[in-house]
Amino acid sequence: MSEVQDIDAVPGYRSSRTLRLGVELRRQLRRRRTKLLLGMVVVLPVVLVIAFGMGEEPDPDRRGGTFADLAVVSAPNFVVFGFFVAGSFLLPLVVAVLFGETVAGEASWSSLKYLLSIPVPRLRLLRQKALAAGALSALALVLFPATALLVGVIWYGVGDATSPTGDAVPFGTSVVAMAITTAYVVVQLSWIAGFTLFLSVSLDAPLGAVGGGVLAVVLSQILDSITALGGVRDYLPTHHAFDWIDVFSTTVDWTDMANGALLSLGYTALFGALAAWRFARKDITS
Amino acid sequence: MKIRWQVTWSRGRLVALGAVVAVLLGTTVVWVSGGDPTTRPLRVEEGFVEVPAAPGSAERVSLETSLFLPERTPAPAVLLAHGFGGDKHSVDTDARELAEAGFVVQTYSARGFGRSTGKIGLNAPDAEVADARALVDRLAARPDVVLDGPGDPRIAVSGASYGGSLSLLLAGTDRRVDALVPVITYNDLAQGLLPNAVSEREVDGTTPAPGGFAPGGVFKSSWGGFLYSMGLDPEVSPEDELRPVAAQRDTDLGSVCGRFTDEVCRAWTEVATTGTMGEETLRLLSTLSPASVTSAVTAPTLLVQGEQDTLFGLDHADANARQITAAGGEVQVVWFAGGHDGAYPDEGLRGRIVDWLRFRLLREGENPFGAFEYDVQGGITPEGTPSARTVRTDSYPGLHHGSTRREQLRLSGDEQVVITPPGGLPAAISGMPALNGRLGQTSWMASLFSMDLPGQQATFTSGPVDAQLLAAGAATVRLRVSAVGPPGDGVLFLKVYDKDPNGTRTLPGNAVAPVRLPPLPADGSPVEVDVALAGIVRPFENGHELQLSVATTDQTYRTPTTPAAYRVSLAGPVEVPVVPAVPLGSALPVAQLAGIGAVLAAVALLAVVARVRRRHGRDVDPDLVDTPLVIDRLTKAYTSGVTAVDGLSFRVERGQVLGLLGPNGAGKTTTLRMLMGLITPTGGTIRVFGSLVTPGAAVLSRIGSFVESAGFLPHLSGVENLRAYWAATGRPADEAHLDEALEIAGLGDAAHRLVKTYSQGMRQRLAIAQAMLGLPDLLVLDEPANGLDPPQIHAMRDVLRRYAAAGRTVLVSSHLLAEVEQTATHVVVVHHGHVIAAGTVDEIASAGGAASFAVDRPGLAATALAAVPGVTDVDVDGGEVHAVLNGVPCGDAVAALVGAGVSVERAGPRRRLEDAFLQLVGEGS
Repeated sequence: MSEVQDIDAVPGYRSSRTLRLGVELRRQLRRRRTKLLLGMVVVLPVVLVIAFGMGEEPDPDRRGGTFADLAVVSAPNFVVFGFFVAGSFLLPLVVAVLFGETVAGEASWSSLKYLLSIPVPRLRLLRQKALAAGALSALALVLFPATALLVGVIWYGVGDATSPTGDAVPFGTSVVAMAITTAYVVVQLSWIAGFTLFLSVSLDAPLGAVGGGVLAVVLSQILDSITALGGVRDYLPTHHAFDWIDVFSTTVDWTDMANGALLSLGYTALFGALAAWRFARKDITS
Repeated sequence: MKIRWQVTWSRGRLVALGAVVAVLLGTTVVWVSGGDPTTRPLRVEEGFVEVPAAPGSAERVSLETSLFLPERTPAPAVLLAHGFGGDKHSVDTDARELAEAGFVVQTYSARGFGRSTGKIGLNAPDAEVADARALVDRLAARPDVVLDGPGDPRIAVSGASYGGSLSLLLAGTDRRVDALVPVITYNDLAQGLLPNAVSEREVDGTTPAPGGFAPGGVFKSSWGGFLYSMGLDPEVSPEDELRPVAAQRDTDLGSVCGRFTDEVCRAWTEVATTGTMGEETLRLLSTLSPASVTSAVTAPTLLVQGEQDTLFGLDHADANARQITAAGGEVQVVWFAGGHDGAYPDEGLRGRIVDWLRFRLLREGENPFGAFEYDVQGGITPEGTPSARTVRTDSYPGLHHGSTRREQLRLSGDEQVVITPPGGLPAAISGMPALNGRLGQTSWMASLFSMDLPGQQATFTSGPVDAQLLAAGAATVRLRVSAVGPPGDGVLFLKVYDKDPNGTRTLPGNAVAPVRLPPLPADGSPVEVDVALAGIVRPFENGHELQLSVATTDQTYRTPTTPAAYRVSLAGPVEVPVVPAVPLGSALPVAQLAGIGAVLAAVALLAVVARVRRRHGRDVDPDLVDTPLVIDRLTKAYTSGVTAVDGLSFRVERGQVLGLLGPNGAGKTTTLRMLMGLITPTGGTIRVFGSLVTPGAAVLSRIGSFVESAGFLPHLSGVENLRAYWAATGRPADEAHLDEALEIAGLGDAAHRLVKTYSQGMRQRLAIAQAMLGLPDLLVLDEPANGLDPPQIHAMRDVLRRYAAAGRTVLVSSHLLAEVEQTATHVVVVHHGHVIAAGTVDEIASAGGAASFAVDRPGLAATALAAVPGVTDVDVDGGEVHAVLNGVPCGDAVAALVGAGVSVERAGPRRRLEDAFLQLVGEGS
């Protein structure tokens, strides 16, 4: 990273120039898996719209009764609904796949040892991989609401974001709220990034890392649904997954979102540090 | 390979599982140990207290009591009364919370409840209120209670509903009470049970939630029956019938009175059977109502009232607040999202009430409540639970000064005719008492218990509101009614609906305002009355409409049975109270933001530490800067006890092609992995051009390597892979020598196919080409001949020789002797992790100039050779003769043999290396 240590190296080699972000992104973007994931988040809103269209006309007596009924009211509502249905599994899965494959994917191709022999310093490799996966995750998490909003505007039109109790936020404000929601979801899901990165470093099988991340999400959700656990649920990483809903109201209470962001960043930092610590010392045998 | 993968996977799975369990269940352990209520034992004294059944009476009533003592005494006391139908255990949670906060807490079962004896007098001054006073006396006598004066303990009194009323009645009659918290209680019991929202004069709208409080109300029969059932004994004793009670209607009431006192029972019977109250009942209920003493309450009062309360609405708290303030008391008002229909105050609110008591009795902390605050139910979260926000304002409008701002909404709707059906059936449904809060959580459930009947309701609707209208309190309206035909009972029920743009109506708080009109003229001329509607907190959102419904029936109430028809219209606008307030929870979550900052700072710090440690990690031996590779006592021992490399030492000089020879499992690959910084040695050093090799050491950039297996991105072609690899090095593209490398790989057009279509040999060649990219000073190839066919192996040898001839260095590992012999200039033989032999190929292959001759007559040959001057150590070995030539040209030796008549089949250096190596392999197998 510094110029000093590179005097041992061949001329032209700078550790700070190894595996640049653009290079890593190009490596990943050419993979079918990446295209598939990005395609999925783009296609899901369209699938939802078609699914809603195929259903029967909503019963006027029950209209506004469930979250799903509200989805078709306006484009912002559709985005909120999309975040709600995708937030529990699809979006965590996208993040888990992108981060779970970072190191374990290279290990499974046996290409990890050649990257490390360039040499890309280990922590730099981890950082660059994480940054690239983070950028792709963020892209997916932005693409999803953007497509949903576009699809929503086309099918349901511009309108207020309305909640089941009728808390209405005008379209303009709701676009800002959607942007904040997206940012929050990115931060909130970062714990999965940290956790699967740790698994990716610990395992040589990318499937194991991705599966472990998804398992953690599901387990956390199950525990979160057990109300008997009481206050301990506040510390489950998925507990604050939907707290972005607070932003869709006339007076925004930031407390829960701040709690969620703090908790997620805490887990991310913990697992990120563990991943770095482990990767720096690990014997690469793949 | 397969086995290794599986081993790694299962270990990895353990790691994954361990991490998941640690995170998700570890906190549970913390919770279980931290949340155990037995960790802070409280002393609880349970017992019975005897009190006179009536003042001066010799008859005794026994009250069961519990006294919760805090850790530190003396402490101020809190008298905690329970709600109707409960007993002292109903308030155990609250009592523990208060005791943990440092109060001596007295709980007890009121007369007729729990194991206390006596009859239920509905907080009669000489019975229940006197009992409470006696308990205060007892507390004053205890040494662990702080006294303000002799016989005057520092004490607060609190309770919900029935207990709340007791707190007001006690505070109004006992000046020793220093603070009180009446929760969801009433001001006037008669109005609680028989409300009348009508007011013949204009409603005083200075406060947000005025009630009509007119006499002659409509019986709230569903709630009444509910409460009556709580005062009944589980089994009716036949003895009761033997003791007739002189009842108002000369009826024997003994068996139906349960644990109620006779006068309460009589009053109840009258109300329940007639739906009205006589003078005597009114007088009784008036003495039982806090309204009778609120003018004497001077202690600081925290009135906590529920927004979901069809039993005692916001108007009761409003009346209490007005009366206590008028008497000079200090009042704070809280409307919370709960009540008799919803929830009891939650942990957060209870905690703040405890803080308030600490502020009042201990003078500790700040007042946690403002003059007035209320909860606004917000959007339903995806989990389906309603979210509420609390807003606060610095005065309760109309108490000291000012008055409530009222938005005037003109409702459209012509005069409409509504009928009271005969028998009052069917009746509209506005909710289910006590269950409304739960039902309201799912809108379809709520819709089941909400029904208005055609012909029985007149509706008046505002236009859509153009900005959120946050109604906080009781709206008022002036109603014009005339009778069509016989006037009937003149009972109407008014409701305020929130109608969304889809037409869905919601009845906020399930609130209904019953109205008993003054006698209507039989000639059909109209009467105008002012009505105070039920108090609610409801945000009417942008685009929603406010709809006023005037109905003739309601199942919650005793609906009149006389058929009648009314002409109904509005004589004025609806005036909706608005109390501007600021959100309580909208303060920026500073602590959390600081926490986020701290986490980010910690991460940054870690990054800096890692970078600094790396920078100081440089270790160069200046004597070795020109030596491509020096390995010194290198050891790799695994924790499993296997030592793969054991004290290995050798050195490679510039221009050498060094063969690392050893059978499979000799430690060659492990050594090369350590050389690449992939595995950390447990002992010894590797220096490349003098620099110590560590993971990621910059000197590794001078090494090109192919270790064990090729590693390519399967979704890219061969050329793209090499380009991607070179791009990852970050070095200039012109240093790559890509074309030369491709030529060496010899893939031809296949270089443009995806790597996943490659054969093993093609991958191998591509991997060697990748290792040569940038023409590294030291080229390390692990078993390069594997998977290559003979011509390719031959070509490879030439490439490596030429590569080394240019002053570079090559290190080749192999388990094949022939491979090493033909490729390398130097050999290091490794077995069991250490070096067995090292030197040039010639040195080792023909150490000391020994030669072998395959001949037809070995005996003769030996003699002939021994005769040649200079030749020594002649030795016959089967069909071969070995001899040390000591500089004698091999041709002269052959000529001597031929001259002696020996036919020479073959002549050449003696293969000692092969012997040594075969021996090793034999040992290893």
